[in-house]
Amino acid sequence: MKLIILENYDQASEWAAKYIRNRIIQFNPGPDKYFTLGLPTGSTPLGCYRKLTEYCNNGDLSFKYVKTFNMDEYVGLPRDHPESYHSFMWNNLFKHIDIDPENTHILDGNAPDLQAECDAFEEKIKEAGGIELFVGGIGPDGHIAFNEPGSSLVSRTRVKTLAMDTILANARFFEGDLSKVPTMALTVGVGTVMDAREVMILITGAHKAFALHKAIEEGINHMWTVSAFQQHPCTVFVCDEDATLELKVKTVKYFHGLMFVHNKLVDPLYSMKETGTKKSQGKEPYGD
Amino acid sequence: MKGHYLGAWEDLWVRGGKILDPEKLFFDEKKPADVQLDCQGCIVAPGFIDVQINGGFGVDFSQATDDVASGISLVAQKILSHGVTSFCPTLVTSPPSVYTKVLPQICVRNGGPHGAGILGVHLEGPFISREKKGAHPEPYLRTFETGAFQDVLDTYGGLDGVKIVTLAPEMERSGEVIRELTKRGICVSVGHSVANLSQAEEAVRHGATFITHLFNAMLPFHHRDPGIVGLLTSDQIPPGRRVFYGMISDGIHTNPAALRIAHRADPKGLVLVTDAIMAMGLPPGRHTLGQQVVEVDGLNTYIAGECPEETWVVEVFAVGRTWANLGPPGVLDFNSHH
Repeated sequence: MKLIILENYDQASEWAAKYIRNRIIQFNPGPDKYFTLGLPTGSTPLGCYRKLTEYCNNGDLSFKYVKTFNMDEYVGLPRDHPESYHSFMWNNLFKHIDIDPENTHILDGNAPDLQAECDAFEEKIKEAGGIELFVGGIGPDGHIAFNEPGSSLVSRTRVKTLAMDTILANARFFEGDLSKVPTMALTVGVGTVMDAREVMILITGAHKAFALHKAIEEGINHMWTVSAFQQHPCTVFVCDEDATLELKVKTVKYFHGLMFVHNKLVDPLYSMKETGTKKSQGKEPYGD
Repeated sequence: MKGHYLGAWEDLWVRGGKILDPEKLFFDEKKPADVQLDCQGCIVAPGFIDVQINGGFGVDFSQATDDVASGISLVAQKILSHGVTSFCPTLVTSPPSVYTKVLPQICVRNGGPHGAGILGVHLEGPFISREKKGAHPEPYLRTFETGAFQDVLDTYGGLDGVKIVTLAPEMERSGEVIRELTKRGICVSVGHSVANLSQAEEAVRHGATFITHLFNAMLPFHHRDPGIVGLLTSDQIPPGRRVFYGMISDGIHTNPAALRIAHRADPKGLVLVTDAIMAMGLPPGRHTLGQQVVEVDGLNTYIAGECPEETWVVEVFAVGRTWANLGPPGVLDFNSHH
C-alpha cells in the first residue's frame, strides 16, 4: 500500500490527476486496447476532475480510448436531476473531455429490474477486460462507493439501502429535506473494486481523518469497508495533511519519508503531445 | 449565457437549427458532435429585442412613403449584426395622414437570416403631454377629450399590427383607452407624461404594463411624489402583474448611476431600448425624425434651430457602455428576456 500525503486539497487533487494521466499514457491505449477507468462522484474528486479537464484541453491527455465505469447511482432519482450522478459526471467531467459517450458507463437507477441492471454492469466490466484503475473516495464512515458499514467485503454490484448517516449528510443536496433524499442506490461491490488491477482512494479533510485511520492502521473490518483494500496488491491512498490527523506520528513520518520515491510516479509527467520514446516505458518502476 | 448567467466557457450544441441539451444527447443517444466549430471565446446569447427604434441607416419609420416595407426590411437586415433579432418599428407623434399611410405597410413577421423579426409597431404619441413632448412635434399632439377610444382609432386609422402604444396617463379618459387597447392585446406604455404616482398606478390598474424610456420625458423623481418612476417600487401593482420599464442606457440619456438605481430597485423589469433614429449608422449631418429636421453632431442630436435641451445619442447600440455599467450577464438578460 502507498500513502501519498500532500499539503492540501489542491495538491492532493493534482497529484491524483497526474497519476491518472501517467497511467493512461503509459498504458498506451488505442482502438484495440482501451484503458478502463473506474470513477467516483462526490466533492472529493472535483479538484482531480478539474485537472484532468485541463490536461485534456491542453492536449496532454485524451480520453478517446478510455472506458469509464462509475461506482454508483441513486435509485429512483430522475437522470436529469441535478443531484443524480449522471448529471454530476456530465457537468464535472464528461462534457469537458473528449470521451466517446459510448465508452461511459453509469448504473441506471431507474431500470425496471435493478438487479438485472447491476448484473449487466458487472458483465460490461468483464467484457471491457476488467478495470485497470479504480478511483474512489470514501465517506466519513469509511464507506467505499455505497458499500455502507456492514457490507460484505466480497460483494458485487447490487442495490443497497443507504445508512442514516449518509442520508443525513446528503440532505444538504436536497434542500435539507430528508424526505427528498433517495434512500437506495445501485453500487459496485467491494469485491468489484477489489478486482481492479489498481485502486486509488482519495481522502481529504479533517472529517475523513478517522476513516483514514480505520482504513489503514487497524484490521480489515466490514464496518469500515475501505479497510478491505489492505488486501489489494496495488492500492494508493492520496490524502491531504488534514486527513492524517488521526494517524500515528510513526505512520505519517514513514510515508512522508517515502514521498521522494512516490513522487517519481508523477514525475516525469507524460504527455500525449510527446510521441514515441517516453510512452514505451514499461509499468511503474516502484512496487510496494 | 445559460439560464440567466454567463457561464464558464461551454459548448453550445445545435441540431437542425435547434439548441440541444447535450447531456440528453450524451446519455440517450450516446453520440458525439458531428462538427465542431471554434467560436474563439465569443459569447453566445439570445438575440436582443428592441421595442423602441424610430429608424436607422437612413430610414425614418415615421416618413409617409409608398415603400415603407423596403425601409423596414433594410433596418431589419442591418440590425442583425448588432445582435438585434426582433424589434418594434416605432413611430413618433405624426399627423393622421402618416399613420394611415404607414401602418398598413408594416406587417408582423418572423425573423431569419434575411433580417430581424417584426413584432409589431410601437406608436409613441400623439396622445402625450405637451410639457414632456421631447422631440415630438407639438402641432400634432392630441388628447382624448371627445371620443376617447374612437379618437385613437380615428388618429391611427386602425390598430392592425400595433403592439405598443405610449401615452400619457394623466390625460382625461385615458383609463378607458388603456382598457380598450389592452383588451385588443396591445401593450400600453406610460411615458412622455407629467403623471404623478397615483395616476401612474391607476394606469397600471387599467392594464398598462410598460414605462417608455424611464426618467426621460417624465417628471423627475421626487420623494413626496415619485411620479412614474415610483412604479418600480409601488405596492399598488395588482398581484401577479409586473411593470417593465424601457431605458436608453447610452450614458447620455441616463446617467449610469440612475440606470443602476433603477436596476437595483427592480432588476427584473429592466428592458434596454435604443430609441435609435434614422441617423444611426450614418455620418453627422441633417436628418429627419418624423416631421422634424434634426442635426447630428458627434454623439448628440438636436432639433434643427432649437437649443439643445433634449439630446439623443446616435451611437445607439451602446451595449458596450451598458456592459461597463451593469456587467455582461445582466445586459444580455435585459436585452433578450425581459
